[in-house]
This record gives sequence, structure tokens and C-alpha cells, in this order.
Amino acid sequence: MGIITTVSTWIIPCIILLVLLVGTWKRVPTYETFVEGGKEGVKLAFSLLPFLLGMMVAIAIFRASGAMEAFVSLLSPLLGLIGVPSEIVPLALVRPISGTAALGMTTELIGTYGPDSFIGRLASTMQGSTDTTLYIITVYFGAVGIKRMGDALKVGLIADFIGIIASIIVVSIVFGG
Amino acid sequence: MVNIIWVMMAVIGILYAMFNGTMSDVNKALFESADDAVMLSISLISVLVFWIGLMKIAEASGLLEGMAKLFRPIITRLFPDIPPNHPAMGYILSNVSANMFGLGNAATPMGIKAMQEMKELNPSEEASRSMITFLAINTSSVTLIPTTVIAIRMKYESIAPTEIVATTIIATLISTFGAVLVDRLFYSLRSRRGQ
Repeated sequence: MGIITTVSTWIIPCIILLVLLVGTWKRVPTYETFVEGGKEGVKLAFSLLPFLLGMMVAIAIFRASGAMEAFVSLLSPLLGLIGVPSEIVPLALVRPISGTAALGMTTELIGTYGPDSFIGRLASTMQGSTDTTLYIITVYFGAVGIKRMGDALKVGLIADFIGIIASIIVVSIVFGG
Repeated sequence: MVNIIWVMMAVIGILYAMFNGTMSDVNKALFESADDAVMLSISLISVLVFWIGLMKIAEASGLLEGMAKLFRPIITRLFPDIPPNHPAMGYILSNVSANMFGLGNAATPMGIKAMQEMKELNPSEEASRSMITFLAINTSSVTLIPTTVIAIRMKYESIAPTEIVATTIIATLISTFGAVLVDRLFYSLRSRRGQ
């Protein structure tokens, strides 16, 4: 753990150091270039606002109404058939939709079942090996104005599903079911 | 498809609330989440300004290009429609490496820059082949050190908070590999349909 914390606190300052030193060495007008890029960043954050707001409001309605919970309990027995433990089903379904909700669920599962239980380890692994597909699509495609996203959503959701199944299999093998 | 999902979540939520008496919760969540979204966008300004600014320097000094050169064999296979020396490659690599180290805040600006570069290669409102591949790699997540999860495990007094690092890496590799395969499959289906 010591090494990991050291690496994660050192890495960002070291990247900054490297970029600034190389930039100066290559005679890049560093400060002006930084400000140029920064302006782009400001514009970007504002252009993202409507995309984020729209998506977050829809998710909030779905969650607050209780529909998300109903949806999860509807699918739980089905996923149980292919060996997905029922305790983990809500997390698996929420992970692609909402990052904060998923993190909350992982915390709850670890708190309830203990970090060193099968469920605790599975939730930890799942949290780390999948990402919030809807958020990524919203932000990345929103930023460049992609309206027709082709197979992106399908591919993203299938990737999440593969990650969830892979987590279950790997955790079962490594720690025993 | 995102239109359908978006409308479905809102419509099902509101209809469900009608029959379950959760309308006041919905009302509250509606305005709170709109507020949250504004706060999130504003808090994104700091990371976007900082990292895009810094990466501009990296791009101007040739650092991004050098990094792309290093990983060229892998990356040209994954993104055959991006020219090997294009800045998009550098941004894709920066995004993936930032994700690997769990630097979510730094990863987003690089990902957006990568998308912008890819859009310049293919200026249309439709997602290009490389954009979909990039998205697939991103959603399957490539975390090597799941910092947040480790922190939660420590908080709940795990005997070995980091023991899930190995399982996370294996699961991540499987899902990323799977995502790339699925992406390839969909691509070949698309081109067979002649699109």
C-alpha cells in the first residue's frame, strides 16, 4: 500500500515537471500555450453543461421515483439464473447509468457484507473494472457534437456486461465462491 | 438510441411516480440534479483548463508525438483509420494512461481532446469507427490502481485493502479485450451492410 500511495501522489506533479521541462527545452512559449489551451477548457466546460444536465435529470427522475429499484428487482431473478449473486445485481445494473450511484452501492455492499467477504471483494472488483458508459458517451460525444453515435452505446453496454461477468468469474476463481 | 434511453428514463420515472406516490421525491430530485449538473460542469472547468493547457504544451513540444511513437504498434492496430503521426494518437494514449492510474480528473480532458482530433479527421455528425473503438476501450475501463475502491476498503477495515488490485486488473483486461472484439464484430457487420 505504501508504494501505491506514493506513486499516486507523486505521479501528477512528476508529469507536470516533465511537460514543463521538455516544453522549455524545446523553446515552446509555455505560459502562452498553457493559457491558449485553458481558454479551450473553459469553453468546453460550458458547452458540456446542457448534455450533463439533461442526462443527470433523467437519471434522477428514474431513480427518485423508485422505478430503478423496481427495474432491478425485476431483473434480479433472471440474472440469478446465470449465476450472478442477487446482492450484486443492483450494482451491475446501475454501474453503466450512474457513477455516483454505483460508488454509493459499492460502499453500502462493502459496509454491509464486509470488505473481505465474497460480495465485498466482488463489488470492489466490479467497481474498478467497469465504467459509467452513459456518462462517457454524454461527455465525449457531447463535447464534439456527435449526433448519430452508431453502435457506440451497444458496444459500451456489452463491454460493461463482459466486465461484470469477468469480475464474477475472476473473483470466484481467486477467492473461491 | 440515446434519445430512446433518455426519454424512457424520464417517462417511466414520472409514470411510476404517479402510481407509487413518489412524485414529491421526483420533484425534489429533478431540481437537485439540475443543480448538481451545473456544479459538476463548473467544477470541471478547473480540470479542463489545467489539463488541456498543460497538454497543449506537451503537444507543442512533441512530447505527445513521442509517446504515440512508443506505442505505435499497438495503437495503429486498434485505430487503423488514424494516421500514425496524428496528434489524436497522443491524446488517446494520454487518456488511457491517465485512466490506468485512476486519474479520472486528468483522463476526461484528454479523452475530449482525442475525440476532437478524431472529429477533425472525420468531420460529420456521425461517430467514426475510431471514436466507437475509443469509447469501447474507455467504458470497459483500464484501471490498474482502483484508488477510490482501495480507500473505501480501508475505511471499512479490510485485512487486505489492496488484494482486489489483481482481480481488478484481470477483470479489466478481459473486459477491454472483449470490448475490442465486440467493437470489431459490430464494425464488420456495419461494413457488410455497406455503411
